Amino acid sequence: MAIKLTDITDIIRSKNAGPYELTFDIMFKTDEWYERVAKADVINTALIADLYKIPVTDVLGIIDFVPAKAIKVTIRRPIASGALGETDVYGAQQHAPLLGLVFAV
Amino acid sequence: MMREEFRVLSPTAILGYGFPLASFEAGLARRPHLIAVDGGSTDPGPYYLGAGVSFTDRGAVKRDLEIMIQGGKAQGIPVIVGSAGGSGADAHLDWCREIVAEIAQERGLTLQVALIRSQLEKPMLQEALNNGKITPLGPAPSLEPDTLNATTNIVAQMGAEPLMEALGIQPDVILAGRAYDPVCFAAMPIKAGYDPALSLHLGKILECAAIASTPGSGSDCMFGTIGDDYFRVEPLNPARKCTTLSVAAHTLYEKSDPYRLPGPGGDLDLTACQFVQETENTVRVSGTKFAPSKHYTVKLEGARPVGYRTVSIAGTRDPIMIRQIDPIVDGVKERVADNFKDADLEYTLHFHIYGKNGVMAGLEPTPTTEGSHELGIIIEATAPNQTQADTICAFARSTMLHYGYEGRRATAGNLAFPYSPSDFQGGAVYEFSLYHLLHDVDPVSLFPVEYVTLGG
Repeated sequence: MAIKLTDITDIIRSKNAGPYELTFDIMFKTDEWYERVAKADVINTALIADLYKIPVTDVLGIIDFVPAKAIKVTIRRPIASGALGETDVYGAQQHAPLLGLVFAV
Repeated sequence: MMREEFRVLSPTAILGYGFPLASFEAGLARRPHLIAVDGGSTDPGPYYLGAGVSFTDRGAVKRDLEIMIQGGKAQGIPVIVGSAGGSGADAHLDWCREIVAEIAQERGLTLQVALIRSQLEKPMLQEALNNGKITPLGPAPSLEPDTLNATTNIVAQMGAEPLMEALGIQPDVILAGRAYDPVCFAAMPIKAGYDPALSLHLGKILECAAIASTPGSGSDCMFGTIGDDYFRVEPLNPARKCTTLSVAAHTLYEKSDPYRLPGPGGDLDLTACQFVQETENTVRVSGTKFAPSKHYTVKLEGARPVGYRTVSIAGTRDPIMIRQIDPIVDGVKERVADNFKDADLEYTLHFHIYGKNGVMAGLEPTPTTEGSHELGIIIEATAPNQTQADTICAFARSTMLHYGYEGRRATAGNLAFPYSPSDFQGGAVYEFSLYHLLHDVDPVSLFPVEYVTLGG
C-alpha cells in the first residue's frame, strides 16, 4: 500500500542546526505510524541523498526520537548560512521535497 | 526535606520579540525568583555578528526590557539577559547596556548591573590555534591564521559559571555577552543548589518561551519550576497549553541530535528523559542527566567581511523568456565579464530565479520553470566596495533588460521592476568564518565580569 508522508505526519520542517548544517524534523501523527516507518527504515541515508541530490556522506545523521514520535535528519549545508550564493539564511524552507514523499510499508 | 521550588519567568523567545502584558503579570503573580531572556541566535546570519549590529530593533528591545526591569525591581529579583544585543560581541553588549542606562534614567531607577564580556582577543586565539586548541565544529572548515585575522568579532559561548559569579553581588540586571542559550535561566538555580542537568534542560525549553507550547508563539511568556528531581513548564496565556508533544518536539528544534545536547563543559543527556502531562497545560520532565567533559570546551563564533552588495529586484511574465532563462542569465554574465575585463574588478554576480530554484538552489529537486507563468529575479552583485557593486549590478540589470534572446517578441524590455530606483545597496556583506571549539579554558576567567551602577 502506497503511503504519502503528509498523510501520516503532523509536522515536516527544516531549520539550521548551526551555520553549516540543515536539520529536518518529521513528526508522526500516531505512535503506530512512527514505529512502522522507523522500523521499516523508510527514511534512510540513500533516500535523503537522492531526494536532495547530495552525496551520501553529506547525510550526517538520521535519528529516531521516541518522545516526539519523530525522525530527525541532518545534512551538511551545500553553502553555509548567509554565504555568497546562499538562498535560505534560516534554512526554514528546505523541507518541501519531503512533502511529496510516497512509499510502501 | 522538600525545599521550595525554584521559579523562572521567561517572557519571550528573543529579547525584543515582545509579549502580552497579561501573560507577564500572570508570571509575576507567581512570585518568580528570576526573570530571564535569551537575546541571541546565529540564525539571522553572519552580518549581525560581523558588523556588531543587533538583529532586533532597539525600540522593541527597550519596550521588553523596560517591563522586565520594572517587574524585577518591584519584586526584588534579578533580570538576566543572555547573548545581549543578539550576538554578544562587545558592540552588542554596549548597545544593550546603553538601553538599560536609558531606562534607569527615564524611570528614576538605580540599577546594579553586571556586564559579562564574551568577545575574545585575536592574539590569545592565535596562540590557542598554534597549540592545536581550536578545532572545527561539525562540517565547519579548519581555521587558517588568515581567516582568524580577517574576522571582525569573535565571541565564545559562556556556560553558567560566569553568571553564577556575577550573581554573587546580587545585581538587579545581568547582561551577558554570547551565552549558551539555557544558561541565563539555569545559572541562578544551579547556584542555589538545584540539579544542573534539570536546570539546563529547563533553560533549553524556556529559551524559546512559548514556542514550546501549542499553539506556539515566539512572543509570549512561559513559566518554569524546578524541584529536586523534576521540572515543570507551563504557558501563562490561557489560550496555550504545554503538551508532552509540544515540549518534546521543541527538544528537536535547531539541533542535530535530540538525545545528546553538547554545551560548554559537557553534554546534556536526554536518553532517560520522561515527559509527563501533569495538568491540562503543564508538562513535567524528569530523568535528564549531565555528562561533564574532561576538559572545559567552549564554542567560538565569528564572521568576516567579504565585500559590499547591491541588488536589483525584477520579474518577467514572458513565456518565451521564461523558457530560456538559463541561457539568458549565462549571456548576461558573459556580457558583464566582457565589458569589465580590463577594469581589474573582482566581483561575484548571482541571479536568484524565483519560480525555478530561488529558494533551494542546488538542493532543488526540480530546478525547472515548467508550470511557472512568471519568474521573480534578484540580481545580486558583490564587490570589494559599494561603488563597484553598484556598477556591476546596474550593468547586469540594464543588460538583462534589453538582452536579445532567441525568438523574442517583446523588444521594449525584458523585466518588470516594482521600484524606482530599481537597485538597492545592501552594504557590507559578511560570512561565518568561525564555528569552532576552543579547548581547555577556564570557564570563569575567560569571561570578565564588570559591575556598574546605572541611573540613580
